[in-house]
Amino acid sequence: MGDASEPKPVKTIKTPMRLEYQYTAGEATSRYLRGIAQGRILGQRCPSCKKVYVPPRGSCPRCAVATTEEVQLSDKGTVTTFAIVRVPSENISVPLPFASVHILLDGADIPFFSVVQGCPLERVRIGMRVRAEWVPREELAPTATSIRWFVPIDEPDVPFEKLEAAL
Amino acid sequence: MREVAVVSFAQSRHVRREARNEVEILMPVVHEAVERSGIARPFDFTCSGSTDFLQGQPFAFVMALDAAGAWPPIAESHVEMDGAWALYEAWVKIQAGQADTALVYAFGKSSPGDLPEVLSRQLDPYVVAPLWPDAVSLAALQARAWLEKTGRSERDLAEVAARSRRSAKANPHATLAGDYEVAKLLAEPHLAAPLRRHDCPPICDGAAALVLAAGDVARRACKRPAWIRGIDHRIEPHALGARDLADSPSTRLAGVRAGVGKGGVDVAELHAPFAHQEWILREALGLGAGVDVNPSGGALSANPMMAAGLIRIGEAARRISDGAARRAVAHATSGPCLQQNLVCVLEGA
Amino acid sequence: MKGPITEVDGVLAAPHVLEYPYRRSVGPVLSRFFTALRERRILGVRTAAGRVLVPPAEADPDSGTAVTDDFVEVGPGGVVTTWSWVTRPREKQPLPHPFGWALIRLDGADTAMLHAVDAGDASRMRTGMRVRPRWRAETVGEIGDIACFEPEG
Repeated sequence: MGDASEPKPVKTIKTPMRLEYQYTAGEATSRYLRGIAQGRILGQRCPSCKKVYVPPRGSCPRCAVATTEEVQLSDKGTVTTFAIVRVPSENISVPLPFASVHILLDGADIPFFSVVQGCPLERVRIGMRVRAEWVPREELAPTATSIRWFVPIDEPDVPFEKLEAAL
Repeated sequence: MREVAVVSFAQSRHVRREARNEVEILMPVVHEAVERSGIARPFDFTCSGSTDFLQGQPFAFVMALDAAGAWPPIAESHVEMDGAWALYEAWVKIQAGQADTALVYAFGKSSPGDLPEVLSRQLDPYVVAPLWPDAVSLAALQARAWLEKTGRSERDLAEVAARSRRSAKANPHATLAGDYEVAKLLAEPHLAAPLRRHDCPPICDGAAALVLAAGDVARRACKRPAWIRGIDHRIEPHALGARDLADSPSTRLAGVRAGVGKGGVDVAELHAPFAHQEWILREALGLGAGVDVNPSGGALSANPMMAAGLIRIGEAARRISDGAARRAVAHATSGPCLQQNLVCVLEGA
Repeated sequence: MKGPITEVDGVLAAPHVLEYPYRRSVGPVLSRFFTALRERRILGVRTAAGRVLVPPAEADPDSGTAVTDDFVEVGPGGVVTTWSWVTRPREKQPLPHPFGWALIRLDGADTAMLHAVDAGDASRMRTGMRVRPRWRAETVGEIGDIACFEPEG
């Protein structure tokens, strides 16, 4: 105890963990991603409540029934909420700071996460109209990154009352 | 103590690899269990068993909630365990008077990963997990300990496997079923000596669901409810070297607490993923030769992770409700080498 | 299909890796154990009831009571209490060729620890056989400092 020649006690150990999986997308997600590879955004409509979900998971979270009816959606939509991200993270592919957004595509009933680029951050707002920016046609693949991000378009803002139901 | 019964049960076909995602697999199973119960949603309580590590996706279990329908918001819980423990939690909820009905479901999609490797992450992280021992090798340690203690042979293991697959011929949900000659099975090479492939469970994807109800609600839902007359679960130390692997004291104690010995047992559905474990469990529960063990084919015929234990309870309950059995025992296990065990006694009256 | 995305049973599939670096605090009891491993010694700890636990634990698994501060050097050799055989080792396992897993009760210990035994062939494994540790060339204070066990004599 206190002897300078005593070895330093081990206080921590490294226990790295790596598990490899072959993740399968399920039927609904596979159809959605195959649509993305063709430059199309496909949602699904619930047979009970009629809501349209995108990306679709083959089920309606409210009614607990299977959804099979496919609905092609526009790649134009509206920002329903946003956050300006300044916290760095390994997995972010755009420069900081950036606008993380919820986008309600025309024809959909739920918004999904994406990123807005191509406008000053202070211009990002609820109700702003945007359109998907896709990768070049020859780079399209069944992966979400075929849509790089969303950019503002020159259309009048959607009033908040029209977005409330989807929030 | 309130009277609680299993009033309906459903399961998927358990296949080697599912193309569907967890919700797509689970939804028809939940629907069937709910419809068969005749009880309208919402249930007073919903509880599920699964583990995200099977798919390598944190919160995978939250997405499965789509199958149960969580709108308007429901009272819900989840265990990172076999659904048998979700059933236990639901049973406690009903005993506490906080629910009269409960939906219990479980699922496991093992096919995306290397299951024996995934399961090694449940081991002691300091001195065992860094060696990455696979689940089959650990079971084999127990198998050898049991063989040497009892003087039984690998033929006794093969006979369990052959009988299980033969029984599974009557089970349309089973992964493996058929007539297998013991001599031919014994001619196969060891997978992890002393275990051969047939002594180990088939890896598969699958799901199950059942409905619990109390008292008169159960009587209205089902002509012959499977009443849970006793249920208990016990766990042993996690250090394999501190346990007697050739025995299952936790199963013995849970069996006593659940009241297994209070009456004759017609059917026993034992969650024995490895052939030697059926022998250990029979002995620990004091089941005599007259008991029909694993008429479903057991876990050696279909072992959807996280659902196989719940399925033992469902299969036993179904035989009570069908009138095929008057008194049944169902058992579920968790952890390496039967570390934790749940025993449930079901009666038709 | 581009890149690692493939099709399996009619649905899309892609490789997915779950990886965490993890550095764990070991606490005072395991600290003694790992510090000794670094010096190529194996320690057990005595419970209040008098049993020597190897590897050491913070509490007696029988009673839940805290263990004493009596750390006992055990081994280095010991006895195999049960074993199994790996014909096709996985990459992360201790040896690249077929080996045995064993529960090994080191001399002076009352519980057995799990490790690999480099016996060469399953025919050389036997409950009751004596084994001793083969140490890694460079030890750092982790269970892998014992590369594996090997038959004694």
